[in-house]
Amino acid sequence: MTGLKQILTIVQKDLILEMRSKEIIVSMLVFSLIVVAVFNFIFDPGSEQIRTTAPGILWIAIIFASNLGLSRSFAREHENAHMQGILLCPVDRSLLYIAKVIGNIIFITIVEIISLPVMVVLFDLDLHGVLPLLLLVLFLGTLGFAGVGTLFSTISANTKSREVMLPILLFPVTIPIILAASKSTSYLLAGRDISQIWSWMRILIIFDVIFLVVCFLLYEYVLEE
Amino acid sequence: MDKKYLIPILLSYVAILAALYFAFIYAPTERTMGDVQRIFYFHVPSAWVSFLAFFVVCIASIAFLRTGKESWDILAASSAEIGVLFITIVLITGPMWAKPVWNTFWTWDARLTTSFILWLIYIAYLMLRSYVHDKERGARFAAVFGIIGFLDVPIVYMSIRWWRTLHPAPVMGGKEGSGLAPEMLMTLMICLGAFTILFATLLFLRYKTGMVATEFERLKIKIHS
Repeated sequence: MTGLKQILTIVQKDLILEMRSKEIIVSMLVFSLIVVAVFNFIFDPGSEQIRTTAPGILWIAIIFASNLGLSRSFAREHENAHMQGILLCPVDRSLLYIAKVIGNIIFITIVEIISLPVMVVLFDLDLHGVLPLLLLVLFLGTLGFAGVGTLFSTISANTKSREVMLPILLFPVTIPIILAASKSTSYLLAGRDISQIWSWMRILIIFDVIFLVVCFLLYEYVLEE
Repeated sequence: MDKKYLIPILLSYVAILAALYFAFIYAPTERTMGDVQRIFYFHVPSAWVSFLAFFVVCIASIAFLRTGKESWDILAASSAEIGVLFITIVLITGPMWAKPVWNTFWTWDARLTTSFILWLIYIAYLMLRSYVHDKERGARFAAVFGIIGFLDVPIVYMSIRWWRTLHPAPVMGGKEGSGLAPEMLMTLMICLGAFTILFATLLFLRYKTGMVATEFERLKIKIHS
């Protein structure tokens, strides 16, 4: 099997597993909608304030839901000893990292695709003409967050209180990604100049590259011997 | 007491006494800020020591992943504990100084925010160390997190600086470096030196304690088997 085929096989395995249980995506989705609803009560409904904070709320919903999904997906592998099974296969360990990141990006993207229209309706956002760029920003933010999250959830799955450990490890380290992603989104939605939006997107891309390379190189050390 | 412990302890004792003399008696009182400015001589060296400590964590973590030697892991753990202590001092002395001078405890400036995030990252590092069942795996997890945590420092700093330059904050005035009197500079240098000696001593003692604790565990297992 070639590397690409091996990656696709692992991704496919994760997707089939999720399609049967629907445990992760449903819980992530419900959680992200709850976050959006709860934040709606903090501000006065229909006020200008809520529209300026909408990009921030969107990213809060995404990262909280992602955190939930990441910790569930690795806890599941840990409980049923899936990981040992995969490690016994003749698959290169760095390919395993790529496959896991792709799987997590797919889960998070599904949640984003459903939550975004809900947010557009609830917060009365105007996506006219910015949708392609917005999707790109969402993808870049998700890529960085899932890249670091995949490594850290493999770590936290092996700790005593894994649900608590993951956000404690993940959130402080990914602050630059969250900041760049939410700034890009808010500039985009506020209709700022393309050069200003691009300056934040460029930073987001640089951070993505740095984090993915470092996590890719370190992933083999967190797997079992 | 063993000579090898006595010498560094005496040395840091003398160095800290000298630092106290220079900070409280030798250094002139700052014209506009008054005596509160003397916090500077403890605040800046503490920040320096915490960065140095986290740098040691990163280097020791890389060395541990490459060699697998337990002593590197103990060095990383010792340095992280001391780093957290000093970054805590930075975060306590900072607002104490800022309130009378800037009239606010906190501002989301690049240096302040980076220190705060750094504190969160290394608290997480220490938590991670104590939350893993398997000692050998725990050491590898900690090493991976220690490397990423340190690489995150410049990234966090850059992102916050970008964020602040795009949203100009009220000018706080030259905090330091802007025409420091020669006596003040001299005092700062002495305090930096004294804190570095103190750090080296603490690290040495903590490392030795760690080594003894590990040896003790090993002997205990040997007796039981």
